[in-house]
Amino acid sequence: MGDKGTFLYEIWVARGSLLSGAALTMQLSLAVIAIGSFIGCFGGLGLVYGPAPLRLAIRSVVEVLRGVPVLVLILFCYYGLALFSIDVTAPAAGVIALSGFCAAHMSETFRGAVASIPVGQTEAAKAIGMRFWQRLTYVILPQAARRMLPPWVNTGVEIVKGTTLLSIIGVVELLLSTQQAIARNYLIIQFYLAAALIYIIINFSVSQLGAWLERRFAYFRY
Amino acid sequence: MASSDMSSEPLLRATNVHKRFDSVEVLKGIDLDVAQGEVVAIIGSSGSGKTTMLRCINLLEEYDDGEIHIDGETIGYRIVGGVRKRLRESAIADQRARIGMVFQGFNLFPHMTAEQNVMLGLTKVQKMPKAEARDRAVHWLDRVGLAERREHYPYQLSGGQQQRVAIARAVAMDPRLVLFDEVTSALDPELVAEVLSVMKSLAESGMTMLVVSHEMLFVRDVATRVVFMDGGRIAAEGPPAEVMGNPSSERLRSFLGRFHGLFG
Repeated sequence: MGDKGTFLYEIWVARGSLLSGAALTMQLSLAVIAIGSFIGCFGGLGLVYGPAPLRLAIRSVVEVLRGVPVLVLILFCYYGLALFSIDVTAPAAGVIALSGFCAAHMSETFRGAVASIPVGQTEAAKAIGMRFWQRLTYVILPQAARRMLPPWVNTGVEIVKGTTLLSIIGVVELLLSTQQAIARNYLIIQFYLAAALIYIIINFSVSQLGAWLERRFAYFRY
Repeated sequence: MASSDMSSEPLLRATNVHKRFDSVEVLKGIDLDVAQGEVVAIIGSSGSGKTTMLRCINLLEEYDDGEIHIDGETIGYRIVGGVRKRLRESAIADQRARIGMVFQGFNLFPHMTAEQNVMLGLTKVQKMPKAEARDRAVHWLDRVGLAERREHYPYQLSGGQQQRVAIARAVAMDPRLVLFDEVTSALDPELVAEVLSVMKSLAESGMTMLVVSHEMLFVRDVATRVVFMDGGRIAAEGPPAEVMGNPSSERLRSFLGRFHGLFG
């Protein structure tokens, strides 16, 4: 593995912490995307079909979450929630903040996709006697899902990159574990490049997954 | 209550139906009866309220006043202590399931094959077992001449074929009444004939149809009764030969004049 101080040697020494950092990055991202998308679906549904007061409420929350920098959201969840006697760990605060960010974007994405389905589709479904949830499940969502995919993948990639901000509050994800390794070996450029490579691999996988899903949904056209 | 004399009522009875969009009154008191097995054509110029009337019957539009009955049952509302109350979504869905509708723009579900389009209402709304629904879908696709195309997606079909699938989707539900809303207006002239011939064969099989159309030859040959709408009212009504052959008003004469030569 070469001599002490060389890149290969040092990265071999740091492999455990880098891999566990990468693993945490992926776990956090998955949790955030799952939670954010789930909440975003309901937010989007509310924005399209909800009564005016609900729409206004959701819209306000979405605008705040999208308007505030993600780092501020994270710091608020970590330090701010404590002011309300809500005790959260750093990773939990990070997941809450990023999920809020993700949910706001997914609400908009969902709303846009559903609203872009021609009204004739809803009318045709109504005309054969389908109820609201049936229309949604069998007619609207399958079509909206396809339109939602590209922005959803974008959001997913943003989230993976957004987890780096959690290093600020001491979550040892990939970036912080990289920085910790650099603090020991001073191989700044090499280790940042290595981290960048891992991020690219993760995000490339996400976008490939998205592309695969898009192909799966490409069986129909307009 | 109308329910006491259900048997004497026609299949569809609309009385004094009013509909306004903001300040514009589109329907100004429509009275219309359609008996079982009748093919009633609604003609009239754009903006006369034909399509709106059709859409009120299956509640794609809510009418503001008057009543629409299907088999003696009020559509969309019930009267509680003299006040109109909109029915619940589920009750309205049940009523819609008994009324078929075919649209100008086809509105097939693009993510489903022709067969799946026809089966959807059968399996999800009527809860029919899949195999039975498929048989019924195949039967109706065959009736509209598309048995070979049942695995095709809408984008793989011509406009005329899409519209015939849409007709199959509507009639497969075994509705009491089928509404046709300018179903050939979005089609190339060449494709109009294949759709009209399907409609003609449905009419001959005794299906009750309410047809908004500009196809005057079809109206003359197939309709049992013609309704001429003008400015949100019914301005003339009767057998095609009478209404179209001997127009009762200047307005109707000038409307029909656009199709001059068709009626000798």
